[in-house]
Amino acid sequence: MAYSEKVIDHYQNPKNVGTLDKGKQNVGTGLVGAPECGDVMRLQIEVDETTGVIKDAKFKTFGCGSAIASSSLATEWLKGKTVDEALKIDNMDIVEELALPPVKIHCSVLAEDAIKAAINDYRVKNGLEALKLDEKVVH
Amino acid sequence: MLKLPIYLDNNATTPMDPRVLEAMLPYFTEKFGNAASRNHPFGWEGEEAVDYAREQVAKLIGADPKEIIFTSGATEGDNLAIKGVYEMYASKGNHIITAVTEHKAVLDACKHIEKLGGEVTYLEVKPDGLIDLAQLEAAIKPTTVLIAIMYANNEVGVIQPVKEISAIAKKHGVLFFTDGTQAVGKIPVNVNKDGIDLMAFSGHKMYGPKGVGAIYVRRKNPRVKVTAQMDGGGHERGMRSGTLNVPGIVGLGKACELCMLEMEADTKRISAMRDKLENALLKLEEAYVNGSKEHRLPHVSNISFKYVEGEGLMMGFNKNIAVSSGSACTSASLEPSYVLKALGLGDDLAHSSLRFGLGRFTTEEQIDYTIEQVSKTVLKLREMSPLWEMYKEGIDLNTIEWAHH
Repeated sequence: MAYSEKVIDHYQNPKNVGTLDKGKQNVGTGLVGAPECGDVMRLQIEVDETTGVIKDAKFKTFGCGSAIASSSLATEWLKGKTVDEALKIDNMDIVEELALPPVKIHCSVLAEDAIKAAINDYRVKNGLEALKLDEKVVH
Repeated sequence: MLKLPIYLDNNATTPMDPRVLEAMLPYFTEKFGNAASRNHPFGWEGEEAVDYAREQVAKLIGADPKEIIFTSGATEGDNLAIKGVYEMYASKGNHIITAVTEHKAVLDACKHIEKLGGEVTYLEVKPDGLIDLAQLEAAIKPTTVLIAIMYANNEVGVIQPVKEISAIAKKHGVLFFTDGTQAVGKIPVNVNKDGIDLMAFSGHKMYGPKGVGAIYVRRKNPRVKVTAQMDGGGHERGMRSGTLNVPGIVGLGKACELCMLEMEADTKRISAMRDKLENALLKLEEAYVNGSKEHRLPHVSNISFKYVEGEGLMMGFNKNIAVSSGSACTSASLEPSYVLKALGLGDDLAHSSLRFGLGRFTTEEQIDYTIEQVSKTVLKLREMSPLWEMYKEGIDLNTIEWAHH
């Protein structure tokens, strides 16, 4: 199976690989997937507490090229968005941007789940209610 | 100058040896006769070529030429052996014993038998990939007609104790079929010394052409018969109808001859390179060989690189190096290799595996390049892997509640 140019680019030059201090009040961490399923994503956001804008985002991913590209793209999109705007990122936007084939759609779903899990972690840490999330599981 | 891409997937298929092609070429054009045309020189020429190839094939496995039935490949051979024995020996019984790590052609033929009302026992394997002989013997019943255990496995290269299996089969009056696809031409296989009653193998795994293979069917002690699975002109002693693929058969014959002549030297050279590759890659932390290292084909190495995913790993170099992975990230089921799982590997390790299949045309230079590229990619992906980070922090991954999809 051939990968799209954009997937290859994110794979070769992943953006925002790394770790934020999860002990910090303004850092939200989402860890989704499972090793047995062949992909695990950890996505972290650091929020500017006064503006609500995500000032930094980092990821680490165990998975195929599409999973790595989906999370790399997600961190790029997150930076500069407010938390509320970030919630609007839909997995199909990722599918479109990276031209993922149907068999790789689950990678984009995982990235969306990771974004939401990170936001929820941030919300809970800051005394807000966790958002109820729609299950978007494809496998 | 190193030429890219490098082919290290010789268990999937092998490049054809140019000497094989050379032998085949006349049989496409000038010597095109139908080997079954008994009444003119064109037919005689074809028949002669097929007879010669039959001898070349028989010689490689220590058989009599009359015991060689040409097929379209090992999938057909597996089907013919299993379904053909099941039908032929229906009055004796309807039970077949096989193993969970067999090729799909064997497993699916067995599933078909179950649909027909037959009974199949699927033996588990030990962590090294070998079957348990005591379990095999215990599984035999009065209704058992066939034991179908592969000679060597396509994913991990593990060689089954064929001699011991055949002794058990003989003791209980059960026929023994082995899928020899990965073994024939690579390691010494002798149907008499090994006690094999039926064996399927294929041309394209031993530097011959695709679309041709053979099945060995024993003619003496005991005389084995299979019911044809294709009806027609009664070719190949009535066991496999269909006009003989003369150029393919000539190619298979030549490939067998070359394997026989060069096996010893090839094995020595290839296994030294395999060991070099394996030892270098095992220097990476948390890298493990899958399957028995002792009972293994000389040209295969299946390694799991913990905390990196196989397909992601391959993407780092698959433009330049062709290998395969036990990760099934591309398959619809998302299930990793059933063979690796049968060896007791967790899904995570199965997802992290690569299979390196060396061959006659592999060079030292290619191995050096592969070591460098694979090592570099493993290290890079581990830097990107949350699991590696947790492992390094001493977190037991089994204590984490993963969101199972």
